[in-house]
Amino acid sequence: MAATQAGMKRFYSVLAVIAVAGLGLLGYLLTRPATVSIPANVIVQASDTSGFKGYVKGSATAPVEITEYADYQCPFCQTFATLQMPTIEERLINTGRLRWRYRDFPLQQHPFARLAAHSAACADEQGKYWDQHRRIYEGQAEWSAAGNAAPILRKYAGTAGVDLARYDACMQAGKYAGRIQADQNSGVALGVSSTPTLLANGRLYQGRFDSDAITKLVDSLARHPTK
Amino acid sequence: MIHRMSAALLSLAGLFISAYLYLYKLGKIGGLACGTGGCETVQLSPWSRVAGVEVALIGVLGYAGLLALSLAALQPGLAARRWPATLLAVLAGVGVLFTGYLTYLELFVIHAICRWCVASGFVILAIFTVSLLDLRRLPRDGNA
Repeated sequence: MAATQAGMKRFYSVLAVIAVAGLGLLGYLLTRPATVSIPANVIVQASDTSGFKGYVKGSATAPVEITEYADYQCPFCQTFATLQMPTIEERLINTGRLRWRYRDFPLQQHPFARLAAHSAACADEQGKYWDQHRRIYEGQAEWSAAGNAAPILRKYAGTAGVDLARYDACMQAGKYAGRIQADQNSGVALGVSSTPTLLANGRLYQGRFDSDAITKLVDSLARHPTK
Repeated sequence: MIHRMSAALLSLAGLFISAYLYLYKLGKIGGLACGTGGCETVQLSPWSRVAGVEVALIGVLGYAGLLALSLAALQPGLAARRWPATLLAVLAGVGVLFTGYLTYLELFVIHAICRWCVASGFVILAIFTVSLLDLRRLPRDGNA
């Protein structure tokens, strides 16, 4: 049965309303002002990375090293940092079997990832990197959903005992933007495309990891230290 | 005709959902509006791509195709023909199977649920249902 002309007209009107509303919403999302204050894709200068090779935890003589490329706003990274890392630290890092190297890989779809990485870097210059690192991951649900993450990250820095005047100056200057970019560039050069990605013995491991899997990997690499 | 109109409206809704998720993957819109955080977990997982192609992009192309087909099927020359309904049902059926596979991944592999993916699942299931109802009303000779 053919639809009446009036019926078709009504249908096209509804279709047009939905199309305009949908396009309007997508247009708004595409044009709303970005909240990132730490610049991305900066040109990396030699001074940005001099002496810096990631944030390291564990013995310099540990037989195995794993480098983690991670993003503070990535849910997988958060789960890994808060649920698996404490066991990995206790079993492997504190016992001298593993050295952990953390490198920033802020994904572009996470508006506060670079800001969070920079916050941790500013805490690092006051010797509070791992404190701030832990607080940022533990509080991910809080700052990630906020309209502006900066004051929340600053609050964590204050709780960690960071001198906030120096912290503010560091954040406002974007002092470590180049260093974060250098980390990301190094990951891209290795083929990192998602987070967390682990680099061990020249191989990349992507996806979900638990402490048992990392223990097996470390045991295996300790037995076969080929590279 | 009401079935094909419904299919067109549902396809348009599905197209916007997929476009939203795809723009997120392109890094154009910041975070996703998703209370549980499950959307990002799913969208950033290695299973958000199939054979190197973003699942969200597959959704955009699939819903665009269903929308075009539904609108074409409403035109006077095709309105009484059976084959557009058959094609719509087959394509939506493939979409339902694909969605079923993705939902399995969410529940049993990724262990996170993306609300937007669930919404898309309902949309494709609804398109499949209305296309079956459309098929049922049309005689097999295609001369209704």
